[in-house]
Amino acid sequence: MNVIPYLICFPFLAALVMFCVRNRKVRGVLACISVAAIMVMVFVLAYCYISDGKSSQLLYESAHYVEYIMQAGEILLMLLVVFLCVKYKKYPVILLSVIPTVMILLTEYIGPELAETAHIRLDRLSLLMCLIVGIIGGMIVVYAVGYMRRYHEHHVEFTDRSSYFFALLFVFLGAMFGLVLSESLTWIFFFWEITSVCSFLLIGYTRTEEAVRNSFRALWMNLLGGFGFAIAIVYTAYKFRHLSLGMLVEQSPLSMIPVMLIAFAALTKSAQFPFSTWLLGAMVAPTPTSALLHSATMVKAGCYILLRLSPALSQTTAGMFISIIGSITFLFASMLAISQSDGKKVLAYSTVSNLGLIVTCAGVGSTGTVWAGIFLLIFHAVTKSLLFQCVGAVENSSHSRDIETMQGLITRLSKLAFLMILGIIGMYLAPFGMLIFKWAALKAFIDSGSHNVFLVIILAFGSSTTLFYWTKWLCKLVSYNSECTPCDDVTTPGQYVSMFFHAVMVIVLCLTFSYISDYYISPYISDIFGETVEFLSKSNLTLMMILVLCVFLIPLLIYLRTRRMKKRTVPAYISGVNRQGGRAFFNSYGDERHMELSNWYMEDLFGEKRLLKFSIIAGAAVVVIALVLVIGGALL
Amino acid sequence: MTEEVMIRIAVTAAYIILAPFLGGLLSGLERKLSARMQGRRGPSVFQSFYDVKKLFSKNLQVVNGAQIFIMGSYAFFIVFTGALLFAGWDLLLVFFTLTTAAMFLVAAASCTHSPYSTIGANREMVQMMSYEPMVLLTAVGFYLATGSFDVAEIVKADQMAILKLPGCFIGFMFILTIKLRKSPFDISCSHHAHQEIVKGITTEMSGPCLGLMEISEWYEKVFLFAMIGLFFISSNPLSIIAVVVMCSLAFFLEVLIDNTSARLTWDRMLYSSWTVTLLLGGVNILLLELFK
Repeated sequence: MNVIPYLICFPFLAALVMFCVRNRKVRGVLACISVAAIMVMVFVLAYCYISDGKSSQLLYESAHYVEYIMQAGEILLMLLVVFLCVKYKKYPVILLSVIPTVMILLTEYIGPELAETAHIRLDRLSLLMCLIVGIIGGMIVVYAVGYMRRYHEHHVEFTDRSSYFFALLFVFLGAMFGLVLSESLTWIFFFWEITSVCSFLLIGYTRTEEAVRNSFRALWMNLLGGFGFAIAIVYTAYKFRHLSLGMLVEQSPLSMIPVMLIAFAALTKSAQFPFSTWLLGAMVAPTPTSALLHSATMVKAGCYILLRLSPALSQTTAGMFISIIGSITFLFASMLAISQSDGKKVLAYSTVSNLGLIVTCAGVGSTGTVWAGIFLLIFHAVTKSLLFQCVGAVENSSHSRDIETMQGLITRLSKLAFLMILGIIGMYLAPFGMLIFKWAALKAFIDSGSHNVFLVIILAFGSSTTLFYWTKWLCKLVSYNSECTPCDDVTTPGQYVSMFFHAVMVIVLCLTFSYISDYYISPYISDIFGETVEFLSKSNLTLMMILVLCVFLIPLLIYLRTRRMKKRTVPAYISGVNRQGGRAFFNSYGDERHMELSNWYMEDLFGEKRLLKFSIIAGAAVVVIALVLVIGGALL
Repeated sequence: MTEEVMIRIAVTAAYIILAPFLGGLLSGLERKLSARMQGRRGPSVFQSFYDVKKLFSKNLQVVNGAQIFIMGSYAFFIVFTGALLFAGWDLLLVFFTLTTAAMFLVAAASCTHSPYSTIGANREMVQMMSYEPMVLLTAVGFYLATGSFDVAEIVKADQMAILKLPGCFIGFMFILTIKLRKSPFDISCSHHAHQEIVKGITTEMSGPCLGLMEISEWYEKVFLFAMIGLFFISSNPLSIIAVVVMCSLAFFLEVLIDNTSARLTWDRMLYSSWTVTLLLGGVNILLLELFK
């Protein structure tokens, strides 16, 4: 596996190049070439892994020189955070950065003698994450090349720091590769902190007051999680004399304290309540940032760690609490999404909600739920990335990302609207990915034991609210009037390449996931849990594929059959005399009145005022109770 | 095995061919029964067929071209949903397909850019949000009661599912009122055009389009009563009698409720159906799982 060090280091090198190249065109070309190189490396890694035939490989038992680099890196990160905190007068955050770093360094130098364990683990799950980060993350960078150009043409008020932006994107990708491939806890922690700081810098890109505020919120929440992680590392070093994540999982239930602390860190990173606000605030950043944070990287790091921990969480108090937090998040975030009209905010809530489902799956930790959780993670990454890119492109063209302004987008920006519709139905309708695995998760919850019935009930309610906010968005897009003002599509070809690639992936994954399951995911599950279960029967899967085709072919066939049918087109009924093709009417005084259609937002029922605080308090309460019970229980 | 496959195919074919006749007849009976409850004579039980025949003889008149193929897709997926149920597939899959079908209907109404149609579509979405949890819990209930999501297995159970699922049954009856667009839950579209949102979701449908909508509703009606029947069917052939009796009772009850209640607001509908779902469906399932 010689390619692994290159895979981790190359993005950092690319970041340096991005930072130095000031010419936009050259930088764009270099970014695309670097992405291509990363993808090639990921594929080489996948090829080597598969041709090698071993299910799990532990590598690099001694790597002292790398440790020194990492320690230097950690100190650098700490200094950077301290500097920025002082600059923006956010002093308490300094503690969250300094204490964990010092703790880790002290443990490494004056701590106990530790067993030599592998630092890198390559197995099916980490390879899968590499593929997601490499392919989806890479495509987002390709998208960003065109997007940032338009962004700065449109937002002249912000200083153009694109080279810095691209450098951060590549650092992010590199850190993600490092995170998912590491087995050593200190290594994971190092990359973990890089992603935290990187997302902080990306969110604060525009340097507006709101951006700075939101970026510091993201920073302190993620550093708080990192704090938990650092305590787990120190505890593991002193108690178990090793720093290997895999061994920690095998040692459960003895290792419940560090497992819970690491799970806590994962909860902050995957933006579960009460930590969801940092991800919701992250949408002030340019869209590629949101796409990256929400789909392929950041939040998925949290889910990835939880899925790694899930064998240790299965049937434990900690696991139960994690699944409660996940299900609360799933339900409330989907309700909150109803009250939002900002496209990116709806997507943000939807991300939080879906992550909640993945976290619930990981918390339950049975074979079926982990299987469903991994698939949810894949499908969510692809679909959400597509949706963010569509919203970003629409925003650049129509200068608004409010769903209310997307009325009749299907005629105004047809290509983008079709892509967006595909993304939306991919998120919630049968027979597409997210729904299939919600279904699988539902079955797995029931099968995993009687104490999980409440999860089934929450899932039932959460699905119905999910249905509502996606359907009303979808309807907005298709509700067109011949008088709708057309828009100039300023989307660059590079952006379209990325979006069409995602769209194809959404469909191809739906058609092929049963093979992916047979040859890739199920073997992983049986490696981890030692048992194989058929989660969805073959006949159901075949039917699903037929349904996928039906959803596209039936409307198309009917359209082709009825296209030439003799029909009369009439204006819509608005109980008056239509004007402007139904966009206005005469009122009873004979004045012309304009007519606007608006979606329902149900502010009184599902508004942020009513639910957000409640869900944060509820989430915080469960997190505190979980920490107290699990850690207290293990200590006593 | 092959014999079973033959039976399943035969039943499905029977559904696809006969459901519109049965559904139309039910719709006619409904009007007759309603009329008798109100002390009127009422039209012939075949009136619905005459109506649809007339609708199809009219010119095709639309607000925009998209309406036609989205409506067509709605009709296709409704038939498909019922076919899946009668072919004995997974109950959850059946319900998910139903949701996809409903989504096409909502899109068909929305794409017209008409205020009444759009508000009807929005209300239809609220209706979906109201009944969806109960529908899912009913499927889960069947799984816990009979050990399978597959309708083909559920019908072979030793005892009727109702014995274990009384709560789910009442809950399902509750949302059946929403699904059948009966008062007090005819929020998105009633069968009468004198409401404040005109004809709601079907405002912009006319002629053959509306005819298609009617036929789809007939299919849906048969599907929904088949769901009621599923609570009473068992491996004992005599259970068919129970199915017929109970479906007729449910039918009568729905017409009675329709005639004796006034329409509620959407938020009352949402609150009440979620409460019923949680109290009856949720508790039923919790108890089932506890005493498994």
